[in-house]
Amino acid sequence: MNRLVHLLAGAAVAAALCFPALAENTSIPLTLKDHKFSPAEIHLKANAPSEILLSNQDSTAEEFDSSSLHVEKVVPGGEKGVVRLRPLAPGRYPFMGEYHSSTAQGVVIAE
Amino acid sequence: MLASLLIVFREVIEAGLIVGIVLAATKGVAGRGWWVSVGVAAGVLGAGFVAGFAGEIAGLFQGSGQEIFDATILLFAVLMLTWHNVWMAGHGRAMAREMKAVGAQVQAGERPLTALAVVVGIAVLREGSEVVLFLYGIASQGGTSATAMVAGGALGVAAGAAVTALMYFGLLAIPAHRLFSVTAGLITLLAAGMAAQAVLFLQQGGYLEFLTRTVWDTSWLLKQDSIPGRLLHTLVGYSDSPNGAQLVAYAATILAIVILMRFEQTRHPRVRVAAPAA
Repeated sequence: MNRLVHLLAGAAVAAALCFPALAENTSIPLTLKDHKFSPAEIHLKANAPSEILLSNQDSTAEEFDSSSLHVEKVVPGGEKGVVRLRPLAPGRYPFMGEYHSSTAQGVVIAE
Repeated sequence: MLASLLIVFREVIEAGLIVGIVLAATKGVAGRGWWVSVGVAAGVLGAGFVAGFAGEIAGLFQGSGQEIFDATILLFAVLMLTWHNVWMAGHGRAMAREMKAVGAQVQAGERPLTALAVVVGIAVLREGSEVVLFLYGIASQGGTSATAMVAGGALGVAAGAAVTALMYFGLLAIPAHRLFSVTAGLITLLAAGMAAQAVLFLQQGGYLEFLTRTVWDTSWLLKQDSIPGRLLHTLVGYSDSPNGAQLVAYAATILAIVILMRFEQTRHPRVRVAAPAA
């Protein structure tokens, strides 16, 4: 068990050294209401980090899910969540609310 | 009902596969049923807890609480899987011999069943908390369609359990003397995939901002969010467009486990024995 504790401590120190401070990103507001995203189309600059500030105004939780953006983020009902995006190559990146995918659909367009 | 069945099934596949592999990896070990059950039960409790406090967890670390939490428990699972494999590299041979010799149950002894129980718990917790949030959301809306959807969700969980059974009995078809090496290989890839997933969560949380470019894209061939894609994602860490840091984590994990296993094997040198008399 001792070895394990050392391993964990080592990992924590390594992690602290590796993680740089958060960079300033472009921030885009996105609202979810009645299981629909607005705006359903988000335009952002390609090849630059950015973040989506998702405000879930429904009473139930939703999972912001996009396989092309590699994001799965649960935002509880009535809460806000930050979805951080890596610098994106120009293109269209669809996303959805996994729990209500029939209505909760949107797309990020990097250009 | 079908929709909620599919959503829940997609979430529980991963946990189902992992439980199946753990059960196969511990075949013939006394007390494993209890440990795996404890792992599943703790995972279910934990899932309810995480779902209940989703808002509070998300609010930590400047809104990156969920990502940090996911990355931490994934990395912990990687450590546990590594520990198990390394331990087995030192002791597994003797155990396999003993199993063949006596053809009966082997005492668990000091075998780290706890490590695998923790891995089971983490797998159930991660997937379970999303299932709980999803079903709770439906149930709170009420009505007859809600009842049908919750029933669909329950069927989804049952389908996940069926995946566990398939994985388990599939692995048991492998001859006993090779089962240990096969499960060791599976556990190594499982750990590597989890490490790569943890890196992705850290990147989502705004950390580890290097090597973030996508290295290749095979989504035209197999989409990661399809059912086969998800199966491969869990088993071997398949990603349809991995980035550099993920690949580094994947390769480094495999390398570390293999080196540690070799090291343990030389510490416990192989003893050649004649095949036991029938």
